[in-house]
Amino acid sequence: MDNLVIAGKAYSSRLLVGTGKYKDFDETRTAVDASGAEIITVAIRRTNLGQNPEEPSLLDVLPPSQYTLLPNTAGCYTVEDAVRTLRLARELLDGHTLVKLEVLGDPKTLYPNIVETLKAAEILIKEGFQVMVYTSDDPIAARQLEEIGCIAIMPLASLIGSGMGILNPWNLQIIIENAKVPVIVDAGVGTASDAAIAMELGCDGVLMNTAIAAAQNPVLMASAMKKAVEAGREAYLAGRMPKKLYSASPSSPVEGVIGNMSGK
Amino acid sequence: MIQLIVNGEPQVVPSPDSGADSGTTNDARLNIRQLLEHMGLQGKRIAIERNGEIVPRSQFDQPMLANGDKLEIVVAVGGG
Repeated sequence: MDNLVIAGKAYSSRLLVGTGKYKDFDETRTAVDASGAEIITVAIRRTNLGQNPEEPSLLDVLPPSQYTLLPNTAGCYTVEDAVRTLRLARELLDGHTLVKLEVLGDPKTLYPNIVETLKAAEILIKEGFQVMVYTSDDPIAARQLEEIGCIAIMPLASLIGSGMGILNPWNLQIIIENAKVPVIVDAGVGTASDAAIAMELGCDGVLMNTAIAAAQNPVLMASAMKKAVEAGREAYLAGRMPKKLYSASPSSPVEGVIGNMSGK
Repeated sequence: MIQLIVNGEPQVVPSPDSGADSGTTNDARLNIRQLLEHMGLQGKRIAIERNGEIVPRSQFDQPMLANGDKLEIVVAVGGG
């Protein structure tokens, strides 16, 4: 089987999805299931103190027994906030150590702050966390994050929520070539072809949220993304034909064309 | 009464022995379970940080909360 292995566990789906921005929990669950994703990201937030205690919680809809939850540090701009958030996540999820670290550097672009990301990753790894790390598409940052022990490198395709697709396939290719841990494109995918291209480049997986949640029909887009990731992966494994400007080698036989005009 | 800061907001919670003589209230300490009940959060899947340190669930019965403690109570929500 062609599985994605994360922290020693094999997953048949190479699509990882977020759970934000859906209109309700029902849509979240239906879209997640249509995507076939087995690893899903969740955010950690202060509980709403005035909340109706009867209101269902996300974990009732997406129970940890059925999915691998990936708590994130979305919205964290400092090492301290990111580390505290994931310590809370580990307590919340009964000692769960697989996490997605992101330390942002700018509220307008949500571009990652690599210096702070490295510091936070180092602390978390020392504390026994298995860190999947959101980063820029800088191959040196990716290498350093791998060297300190991150278990998956997750470079952006383009900015979070932008839907701009893969802006620098060459950098991604260098990251993929050098990495010995899974490389998962995280952020920037806008539509199915973007996900397919990421997989054709040789990424081990794709993580997305907005591309599905902000589609006109999120559940249908979730299904499209599932197919795109599978198609891209198969195309990568199959090995594409070389690109040529033109080819004097048509697919149909050159001999035997009626009228005896060919081959002369 | 015990004054706490919960999720950035001041919260006044009755001390567990508030019926007793007032001389002891300054030393009265609340445990997390009592706080969660007071806030209607009992049985909810939450995690708690007290003054920057995680409070493991195994310590929810220990009377640790005192005036001025800063608490964060978090849940998992949708996110990417």
